[in-house]
Amino acid sequence: MTDINTDQAKAERFDWDGAEYSARVNKRKRSELRLKAIGLTAIAAALGMLFLLLSSLISTGYHAFTQTHIKFDVTYDPEFINPDNLARSDYRGLIREVMRENFPEATDDDLRMLSGILSNAAQFKIRDRIVEDPSLLGQTISLNIPVSDPYDQLNKGLINRDTPEQFRRVNDAEIAAFDVLVSRDVVTKPFNWALFTNADSRFPELAGLKGAIVGSFYALLICFALSFPIGIGAAIYLEEFAPRNKVSDLIEVNINNLAAVPSVVFGLLALAVFIGWFGMPRSAPFVGGMTLALMTLPTIIIATRAALKAVPPSIREAALGVGASKQQVVFGHVLPLAMPGILTGTIIGLAQALGETAPLLLIGMNAFITAAPSTPFDSSTALPTQIFIWADSPERGFVSRTSAAILVLLGFLIFMNAIAIFLRNRFERKW
Amino acid sequence: MSFAKLTVTALVAAAASASAATARDAVRIVGSSTVFPYSQAASEEFANQTGAPAPIVESLGTGGGFQAFCGGIGEGFADITGASRAIKKSEFDLCAGNGVTDITEALIGFDGLSMALSRTNDFDWDMTLAEVYQALGAQVEVDGEWVDNPFQTWDEINPDFPAVDIVVIGPPPTSGTRDAFVEIAMHAGCEELDYVKNGGFDGDWVEENCSRMRTDGPFIEAGENDNLIVQQLNANENAIGIFGYSFLYENLDALKGVKLNGVEPNLDTIGDQSYPVQRPLYFYVKNAHRGVIPNLQELIEEYVSDNALAPGGYLTERGLVPLSDARRAEMQENVISGKSMDGPES
Repeated sequence: MTDINTDQAKAERFDWDGAEYSARVNKRKRSELRLKAIGLTAIAAALGMLFLLLSSLISTGYHAFTQTHIKFDVTYDPEFINPDNLARSDYRGLIREVMRENFPEATDDDLRMLSGILSNAAQFKIRDRIVEDPSLLGQTISLNIPVSDPYDQLNKGLINRDTPEQFRRVNDAEIAAFDVLVSRDVVTKPFNWALFTNADSRFPELAGLKGAIVGSFYALLICFALSFPIGIGAAIYLEEFAPRNKVSDLIEVNINNLAAVPSVVFGLLALAVFIGWFGMPRSAPFVGGMTLALMTLPTIIIATRAALKAVPPSIREAALGVGASKQQVVFGHVLPLAMPGILTGTIIGLAQALGETAPLLLIGMNAFITAAPSTPFDSSTALPTQIFIWADSPERGFVSRTSAAILVLLGFLIFMNAIAIFLRNRFERKW
Repeated sequence: MSFAKLTVTALVAAAASASAATARDAVRIVGSSTVFPYSQAASEEFANQTGAPAPIVESLGTGGGFQAFCGGIGEGFADITGASRAIKKSEFDLCAGNGVTDITEALIGFDGLSMALSRTNDFDWDMTLAEVYQALGAQVEVDGEWVDNPFQTWDEINPDFPAVDIVVIGPPPTSGTRDAFVEIAMHAGCEELDYVKNGGFDGDWVEENCSRMRTDGPFIEAGENDNLIVQQLNANENAIGIFGYSFLYENLDALKGVKLNGVEPNLDTIGDQSYPVQRPLYFYVKNAHRGVIPNLQELIEEYVSDNALAPGGYLTERGLVPLSDARRAEMQENVISGKSMDGPES
């Protein structure tokens, strides 16, 4: 008894307002503040990095979203056009003639230089119009023609006019001729639709992402068509039907490990098996899609199992209680309730697959192809591999186009992740 | 369920188009990353002019290109491979072993390897190949001894050079540019050293001892991306970069070439072969595919046409250094007629 009394006395004697206690409180408060400060610094550093990335991409990439064009009146002069063979007439000569009309005092040498202002595609653009509509022969139409890359750079202010002439991509005479055109108000800088409607090209002013976007779309479609049903099937069996034993444990461990396998390994597998043994075509989005499906499968299986697990047992028991079979329970009740979670996981898996480069490089999807694929079996590139090709090209115009392509890829990723978030918020059920 | 429907539709669509994939209608070109831009240009011009299916051009490196090219005859194998050196005997034998015996060789022109640095550096750089080797070799001659490279600043090699640290950024060992640089510049520079000249060493000794770049810092391996090297040169005015001439040509406003043996790299000096570091560029055609793969013959004709290869042609505009008129005419005749090449000596 006395012991307890003295303890109580001690406790009563503790001074809650004393210096010792408030020092301890302050110390705890300080350490909490420190923790907060460290956390804030970490977030600020991460945001800073993101800002740095985005601002460097945007500051170099925004140039690629516009393209300098020149408006010319083109007369389909029968002197240059052979009505029997519209596809292979002298369109270079026609362009030279257009330039002669615009610069009447120019010599032949000047005309070659002046023709160089226009993109190499000018002749094909002029050709395609008359091939489409042969009645244009002898008529004059007004055409908006892209200029070649050095002049595009000049017009965007990326070429410094103070640089000594011999080190510049465009010389003084070329700049003077271009300035004449600018003063005549025929030079415009509209939005660069070619970036989305053209396939790849060796000329930056013509290069676009159409081939890459279509290729990525086909690859993702195949990837989805394979990995979604197989992944859900595997997850349902493992979660709902499989007996708990060593074999299923082993399978589970392997699936979790597969999710962490570097993607380049799947690329090597695809190269050896799909292309080597099965003799499938190289560079085809179909093979790319199968490779990405291998990579996406574990992600979908894991997400699906988590979503199935989250459906409360009471649902299953109630259904079983009114006499439903196991299959009816799974497909009639559990799966529909788990679908939002499964879709979220799938979309995030597909978004990952969209940005994946290494396996596609190994199966040859980094080829140079000037046409977009029309089936999943045609050769094509994908968005990340297109970025890879452009980053390696010597022409100046590809510097900004590489950044622009990265921005487009980021745009698609953000869009897909936004859908995933929307689905989760819209359909997710709280129990 | 709509997902199931979507899946089934996609699979049916895929299966339906599978039959279309069995016949290849586009030409496949593989090979060296140096020849890649030229193959690109010829393919694009060909597709634009004729409306034929766009050829597929893949950059696999010279060695990787021959691996794919020599794999056999048939739709699964490439029709043309580009190379930044002549085919080796081992590669020719590999081809022959797989039934690819009838090959035509086309020498399309030359490519210079340039050393360049930022224009903000105002020293007029002019080196001999021996000095290049002394700056970059793993082992060099010092006072008659063959030792690990001790040079850290340029003035230790040649007192006329500025006293700045040696910083050279170059391609990694996997790159064809690196192979060519070692073979052409480093070996030649090594053979100019007194120790090697007077020591009576043979080619094998040079191959064994002069092929390694130093790894103690002054030589920096950049990635395969030459644009990255260009950016690093802009950031450090004393750094010198090694890359293909086409990258110097595109960036002449920011970079200047280092003279080698007193010769500046430009189209003229590479064309008349007075610039010492340059290599021939080839492509090889599988003749068994001519007439079988649609458009192959027409593409080859476009590739070797004057429109592409003559001075002022669209390949020379991309930095290719053209052949003399006589050699070009002979090459065009051989390539278009499909003259079968003999096996190389080594």
